[in-house]
Amino acid sequence: MIQLEAIDLSKSFGTRRIFENVSFSTGIGESLAITGPNGSGKSTMIHILTGLGRASSGTVQYSGDRGKLAFEQYHDRMSVVTPYHELYDALTAFENIVFYTRMSGREVSREDMDEAVKSVGLTGRGNDAVGSYSSGMKQRLKYALARLRQPEILLLDEPTAYLDASGKELILEYLKSLKNSALMVIATNEREEADFADRVCQLGG
Amino acid sequence: MPTVSVSWAGKITTVFRKEMLSEFRTRYAFNAIIMFSLVTLTVVSFSLGINRPGPEVMAALFWIILFFAAASGLAQVFVKEEESHTAGFLRLYAPATAVLIGKIIFNLFLLICMTVLLVPLYIILLDTIPQNFILFTIGLLLGIIGLAGSTTIIAAIVSRASIKGALFAVLSFPVLLPLLVAAIEITLVSFTGGDFAAAGSALQLLLAYDVVMLTLSIMLFDFVWQL
Repeated sequence: MIQLEAIDLSKSFGTRRIFENVSFSTGIGESLAITGPNGSGKSTMIHILTGLGRASSGTVQYSGDRGKLAFEQYHDRMSVVTPYHELYDALTAFENIVFYTRMSGREVSREDMDEAVKSVGLTGRGNDAVGSYSSGMKQRLKYALARLRQPEILLLDEPTAYLDASGKELILEYLKSLKNSALMVIATNEREEADFADRVCQLGG
Repeated sequence: MPTVSVSWAGKITTVFRKEMLSEFRTRYAFNAIIMFSLVTLTVVSFSLGINRPGPEVMAALFWIILFFAAASGLAQVFVKEEESHTAGFLRLYAPATAVLIGKIIFNLFLLICMTVLLVPLYIILLDTIPQNFILFTIGLLLGIIGLAGSTTIIAAIVSRASIKGALFAVLSFPVLLPLLVAAIEITLVSFTGGDFAAAGSALQLLLAYDVVMLTLSIMLFDFVWQL
């Protein structure tokens, strides 16, 4: 049972304070929306929660049944979808999936990849270079990759960015299917996505 | 759904394969390295004309061409990850050491391709034949292993800076100086027909440099990568 605890997080860029003393905790089967106006630090917060970004002060801790999880342990259970992390344009969708699943120590079968791309509406496009994809298709592919990782922790920044109506529907369905089995943190300005979460953490207001 | 089964060697191979596929389709680093080495070699050849300087200068010229050609392309392994915003997922989903070793092997592969092209052209255009070819080859191999290891970790350090090119040159010069001094010494001995004993201390230095640089790179990379 994974638990995320953020304690007194503050972040500054130079003399500009982005957010101050933000605390929250959430666990498996719970979802938390981080909302706030542009520049309030939603993406920065997600970056800090991934473990790649550093807070100016405060701590982020992931813990499991046997205590605090190390960086590699929680990364192994984590999937992140953000518009700021890109897949490899020179590789095909399938090559990207194989690359990242193998780097996570897992082999993926062709059937699983077919199913994953089908689940995000990219049937028949798996052998195309990602560089030829639109922004929305790239976003869908990130969800296909996230799905294959079977995450217990799902961090989403603007989860439906670039997606059309059918894409948004597919992704919200996917998130609903994970709601009881994963810990979800969603940074968003979209009302529908914030309403989807169990709790809301408002930044900058 | 995916099953757990990929070993460490498998992950390193996966990084290498990814680099090869990307490079094969974009030819970003390969073209830079090959073009730089060929252009430099041609310019040196025309500049010298029929007047050949002594073996000291010829050995130094050989490594200057190698060093600058390497500097022009090898940093791309990490710089392009940052510029194309792919470093984020790589940091999240891939073990740091496997990424580093995979990229060092890829850079070594690029350097081997470059030397396979460069050495025959150097011999033909500059009319300089190593008298002790085995010593020349061993010195070259140790030199490019060190060059690949050093430039890869320096590339990781500079990839997140805003002035990458200048920083790469500034950082790589002092780090690579012992390697270049030893490699030039070995090449000089091989040009003059000296034996292994004559190049013994330089060979030891170069071997020690390779071991230290590769070990330090692996030890420090976690810190550099997650910085």
